[in-house]
Amino acid sequence: MAQITMTQALNLAIDEAMADDPGVFCLGEDVSAKQGGGVFKVTQGLTEKYGEHRIRATPISETAIIGAAVGAALAGQRPIAEIMLMNFVGVCMDQIVNHAAKLRFMSGGQTPCPIVIRTTTGVGVGFGGQHSDMLEAWFAHVAGIHVVTPSNPADARGLMRASIDANDPVIFIENILCYGLKAEDPGPGYRVPLGKAAIAREGSDISIITYGRTVMDALAVADDLAKEGISVEVIDLRTIAPYDEATVLASVRKTGRALTLHEAVRPFGTGAEIAANIQEKCWDSLKGPVRRIGGTFSAVPFASHLEQAWIPQKSDIVAQIKASVGKH
Amino acid sequence: MSQIAKEIGRDTLLDIYTRTMKVNRTDEKFRELLMGGKVAVMYYCVRGQELVSAAAMAALEKDDYVVCTYRGQGEQTAKGIPMEKWWGECLGKATGTCKGKGGTMHITDPETGIMVTTGVVGSGLPIANGLAMASQNNGDGRVTLVSFGDGAANIGGFHEAMNMAQLYKLPVVFLCQNNRYGEHTAYADHTDSPNIATRAAGYGMPGVTVDGNDVHQIYPAVKEAVDRARRGEGPTLVEAMCYRMMGHFFGSDFSYMPPEHIAEMKAEDPLPKLRKVMLEHQFTEEELDAIVADIDGQINAAVEHALAAPLPDVGEIYKDVLEETV
Repeated sequence: MAQITMTQALNLAIDEAMADDPGVFCLGEDVSAKQGGGVFKVTQGLTEKYGEHRIRATPISETAIIGAAVGAALAGQRPIAEIMLMNFVGVCMDQIVNHAAKLRFMSGGQTPCPIVIRTTTGVGVGFGGQHSDMLEAWFAHVAGIHVVTPSNPADARGLMRASIDANDPVIFIENILCYGLKAEDPGPGYRVPLGKAAIAREGSDISIITYGRTVMDALAVADDLAKEGISVEVIDLRTIAPYDEATVLASVRKTGRALTLHEAVRPFGTGAEIAANIQEKCWDSLKGPVRRIGGTFSAVPFASHLEQAWIPQKSDIVAQIKASVGKH
Repeated sequence: MSQIAKEIGRDTLLDIYTRTMKVNRTDEKFRELLMGGKVAVMYYCVRGQELVSAAAMAALEKDDYVVCTYRGQGEQTAKGIPMEKWWGECLGKATGTCKGKGGTMHITDPETGIMVTTGVVGSGLPIANGLAMASQNNGDGRVTLVSFGDGAANIGGFHEAMNMAQLYKLPVVFLCQNNRYGEHTAYADHTDSPNIATRAAGYGMPGVTVDGNDVHQIYPAVKEAVDRARRGEGPTLVEAMCYRMMGHFFGSDFSYMPPEHIAEMKAEDPLPKLRKVMLEHQFTEEELDAIVADIDGQINAAVEHALAAPLPDVGEIYKDVLEETV
């Protein structure tokens, strides 16, 4: 099987969805051929195939972009709207939170809003405070939205296809540092169902619940700790909200220990919600408190050594796991 | 103000009159129920703006889309939402358009083209673009009309949406009901330019200011904008000068309106003006009264139906969140 990058995986998923359904179209800043197919090239080559009406390059107008996506979705189309960088969602939160997320409910089910909001972010590329944040918790806190993020190319292809199929809004977070990852192409039509986590690695001593780029960190740590006789299970949520509670709880009941890990800042993060849920529902299985790791509670800094210090450290993950399992 | 003043056919006049009175009688009935303590819900009165909504809806086809605001009773009833469903929703009943989950600020009825009623000032314009974009994409020939107030002209989404609509030549009509107040703030205290329609020029779009109390101005202006959009020539901004003759919402204080403003709006009341036009076109007092009596009968029946209707099941709070019940 061919190897593909995550960028190619996303492009393939969008391409085949557009070929299958004339109601699928993309809109966003710089997405069309004239601008090179998106700043990260995810929509490259699609204008040539589907025309400028279906790959609509927009003005720098996030509210108008999401508003247009909402309206088109209400009329039965399936827009894929790109918000170039996740911090820019601050410009269009009204359209996402008050409209996209709520129109199905407020209309008594008459107007579902099937839109995919693709957005990019990530710490570690020197973009500084306004281009790097993982803001998934903002959306996980709102009823009526799926929040999705792939950690690898195969999931990217399958999750994107499932997100376009979904009859509700999806915030689809792409981590900049994952675009270049290569893996085997799962092939045409591949779908990863929303709301279904993956057990990225099986283990028996502790469960790490994570998603996106930090899945790679968790797997690397698990490899290292295996050499020391500590068996780490890694859960890749894939869908952050609503998340696969059954898989998480089953894992924790098996291992008796849990660590939540995300790139987003720790306070009030998704890890807090997951930890609280585990403690409510798995208390009798727990051998110790659920631990949480997240980014530093400050703006993402610019200087490389500051930025690297800001990110959750593998050494922290190792230390927390060792403290949890009682080995130092 | 524009010099648009075209002759309107008798059938169209009758249609506009009927829609106008439907809006007005619904408004009167709602205030009567609220005053009598029979219902206690948020309601944004449309007294003074009935004609603008009615004429605009008369200029649309049945399949056309509408996006309106919390002060959207005029668009909703004039576009033709069945009265029982409309009243059911306003009273929070299971029989409402949205099963009682939307309420007065979020009436939705896709069957009659009322696609979104937003409670957030200025949020409707970007969504209207999307509805129009879908029509442009699939060639269904529909036009989308979005109604909003003068207050909405100062929020970012207005400008983003106007620019995008013109850029893509979307089949959309921007109807600004300039009722001289943004919530409790008078026009002159929130905007220094003499009107809103001139902003259209900044986006390369036609813009027109008309007297929203004169059927011979408002109807032709909206009709021309709708026709233009349907011909694929792009959006128009129509600014209808009108008056909000009550407070921001029912029961709210409006002593901030100066006496001369109140005198001015009473003199410009669209209802006696429209009645005069109807009489000039050889409709009789009896015919016009009969139309109102018929509307009152329908409204009273719809209100009785809504008052007697069941409340939504409590389980509804878990439904329609996502496609599958969570």
